[in-house]
Amino acid sequence: MATSLEINGRTVQVEAAPDTPLLWVLRDEAGLTGSKYGCGVGQCGACTVLADGAPVRSCSLPVSALAGVKITTIEGLGGTHPVQDAWVKLDVPQCGYCQSGQIMSAVALLAGNANPSDADIDAAMDGNICRCGAYQRIRAAIREAAAQSRA
Amino acid sequence: MNAHVDTDAAQAGATRRELVVGTALVSGALLVGCSPADLLAVGAKTEVGAFGPFIRIAADGAVTVFNKHIEFGQGAHAGLAAIVAEELDADWSRVSVEQAPANAKLYANTLMGVQGTGGSTAIPNSWMQLRKAGAAARAMFTAAAAAAWKVPETEPTVKDGVVSHAASGKSAGFGELLQAASAITPPSEPKLKSHADFTLIGTDRVRRKDSRAKSTGEARYTQDVKMEGLLTAVVAHAPRFGAKVSGFDDAEARKVAGVVDVIQIPTGVAVVARSTWAALQGRNALKVTWDEAKAEPLGSAEIEAKYAEWAAGKGALPEKLKWETFETRGDAAAAGDGEIFEATYDFPFLAHATMEPMNCVAQVGGKGGVKLTVASQSPTLDQLNTARIAMTLPGSVQIENLFAGGSFGRRANFQSDFVAECVHIAKKVGKGTPVKLVWTREDDMAAGYFRPLTHHRVKVRMDKDGFPAAWTHRVVTQSLMKGSPMAPKGIDTSTVEGAMGSPYLKATPAVDGQVLMPELGVPVLWWRSVGATHTAFVMEHTIDQLARKAGKDPVAYRLALFEKAGANRHIAVLKLAAEKAGWDTPAPAGVTRGVAVHESFGSVVAQIAEVRIVDGVPKVGRVVSAIDCGTAISPDQIAAQVEGGTCYGLSATLHDEMILKAGAVERRNFDTYPVLRNSEAPTVETHILPSTNPPSGVGEPGTPVIGPAVANAVLAATGKATLRLPMIRA
Repeated sequence: MATSLEINGRTVQVEAAPDTPLLWVLRDEAGLTGSKYGCGVGQCGACTVLADGAPVRSCSLPVSALAGVKITTIEGLGGTHPVQDAWVKLDVPQCGYCQSGQIMSAVALLAGNANPSDADIDAAMDGNICRCGAYQRIRAAIREAAAQSRA
Repeated sequence: MNAHVDTDAAQAGATRRELVVGTALVSGALLVGCSPADLLAVGAKTEVGAFGPFIRIAADGAVTVFNKHIEFGQGAHAGLAAIVAEELDADWSRVSVEQAPANAKLYANTLMGVQGTGGSTAIPNSWMQLRKAGAAARAMFTAAAAAAWKVPETEPTVKDGVVSHAASGKSAGFGELLQAASAITPPSEPKLKSHADFTLIGTDRVRRKDSRAKSTGEARYTQDVKMEGLLTAVVAHAPRFGAKVSGFDDAEARKVAGVVDVIQIPTGVAVVARSTWAALQGRNALKVTWDEAKAEPLGSAEIEAKYAEWAAGKGALPEKLKWETFETRGDAAAAGDGEIFEATYDFPFLAHATMEPMNCVAQVGGKGGVKLTVASQSPTLDQLNTARIAMTLPGSVQIENLFAGGSFGRRANFQSDFVAECVHIAKKVGKGTPVKLVWTREDDMAAGYFRPLTHHRVKVRMDKDGFPAAWTHRVVTQSLMKGSPMAPKGIDTSTVEGAMGSPYLKATPAVDGQVLMPELGVPVLWWRSVGATHTAFVMEHTIDQLARKAGKDPVAYRLALFEKAGANRHIAVLKLAAEKAGWDTPAPAGVTRGVAVHESFGSVVAQIAEVRIVDGVPKVGRVVSAIDCGTAISPDQIAAQVEGGTCYGLSATLHDEMILKAGAVERRNFDTYPVLRNSEAPTVETHILPSTNPPSGVGEPGTPVIGPAVANAVLAATGKATLRLPMIRA
């Protein structure tokens, strides 16, 4: 079944059953493999994308629910988004597999809160697991990106 | 242009007979414990340039370093490239890294004899090899420059990829000299720099090379492989360890749009489809019946109870199972008048739970030969296991090695479990069609290869000064090596390393250490820091309890024992951590401190954790770490590994626990298998002991120390010992 999605500012036609999770449509149909599969049940955050600016778990979101919704994936950030720059500056990634999801959650946090407290960061980022344990640098990079954005 | 030679062109036309003989030779050789790298490389077609297997230099002077190891987060890309760049005097900003192909002859781990990553050896085993490679290439450029400029060979110097001659004022980049340098015979023993001359190694300029790619979604993992005609497979796996397929009905599965085939393989039934979602839907519609006659009957609770009984000397041991001694001195059972300390400790099965579940892409039966596109932790093992299934020469199996979304040990095992599964499917699909095997999180969790469930029983008689006079130690745990080609002749030391060889045992006059290694149907494997995952906890938590019994400060008590054992590196890191943590100053209100020190993979780590008990649960704040890992290549990445290793260890301390019920894995996803999350992660400070010794391990030594440090802080706060992990049971 053909479905029309708005991904990273472009309208994309995909062939997918309505119950197909957005993640598999992004990865297998749209060729956008930056968003990762980690758990399939919305527990790990590796698949996080933005839906109208809000962080969502694309593994648990059927494409049928996304008519008219603006979807932003890691590829849609452009590569030199302040959050991405902060991630590079502090060498946040280790294995890197969770980082697309971490970055999308951080982007959503900073879009709504230019100066997040430690508690704000904890609340926004606790849905994103990093088994390499880069958490300390993730927190630091969020503060760094916030400082850069304010400067 | 670099000159390329085909190292094994003569082997390209191997006959069928030679293939079979080759495979048999290789398997046989491995079984007797040889490392026949030459045999294992038969059939490989690896192009080696003028500067050897590790270095390629482009016409514009840009340097590419080939990483024979996997990059699964530990920063090997940057660390290995920095070693080459230092000796080559390359421009670090123009050094990039590529994964080396699979070739056991060219790319063997010098500490293993086959190509593979593990035991925190990527940097240590490459240290001299890559220094020599870089220095030889540098010498080729200075010789080429000297010849071109007609000056003595000793006079040209190199800096940032530019060769210069001070007296004549001449200079040229690597690119300009490339052709002439490529024609020079590399020196076999090139002159290496002294530590004092290092300009890159040990500086904060050595940063990761992959951070941008890993922050944009561009980094390529096995999960992301796209190829023309690629099919995706998921497998219905046995519900219990040891169960086999007895039958299946695929009528409904085949009706799912996009499903192209359903195939029985040794580990289950594979559904092959044009997309991941179709494959998953197909598997949902598949009906499989299982023969569970030989399935593992026990659950984790029964295993734990049995281990405790055996360690206590109760109940008969199964036939052929016997206690084996790992350390003995004097008569530990002799009577004495000192105080007696006794404790038992229990550790659960643990899943590695890498963020990227196991997966693989394989092509079999096409004109291009057998090819894997996969994050391969042990290319040689993966080649061997693939060759046996695909009936080809191990060395001819091509591997394009990719980034791995974590491993922590999981991606290397003697069966190459998930790789072999993919090769079985790809062989049935045939025609060289690329097949991507995708494991769901549930598949990954239920496949096992866990850190073994482990029980310790410790009895210590103290002397009049409160120090251990006699130490009796019993460990019950599955062997990681039994039945493998690398099985040791004596005991499997990976089960007891860290207790065995501990400075505390060395400082104790009478020691009786024994291990019992039962066999179970649960597959077990090394898990980041291996034996130390439990031995460090037992030794360090026991020592704190002894110190408290003796009325001594835990740091002073350790220092005294380290003095007795002559453990100078332990003393140095402990003093450094204690100083940086302000051990002798009062902790902030409501906070207690816990200390632990442990040596693993050649490095010694001391940590002091600050812990606050919140709602009965330890909340870890600041963690001060000191590490002696020999020469520090990348201080920033050493810190990153200590930070990350600490989180991995803290996750196991607080949360991780795999529960089995009658041989079936109960916890199959992160909703029931909680792991450490951001809000619980400590802030780790890392202090590196200055050293000019060869580099030792960094990927794992940061993991085992945090558990006992936290338990010791909790002990200080509550007076209660932690005798079972995890501390918070879901």
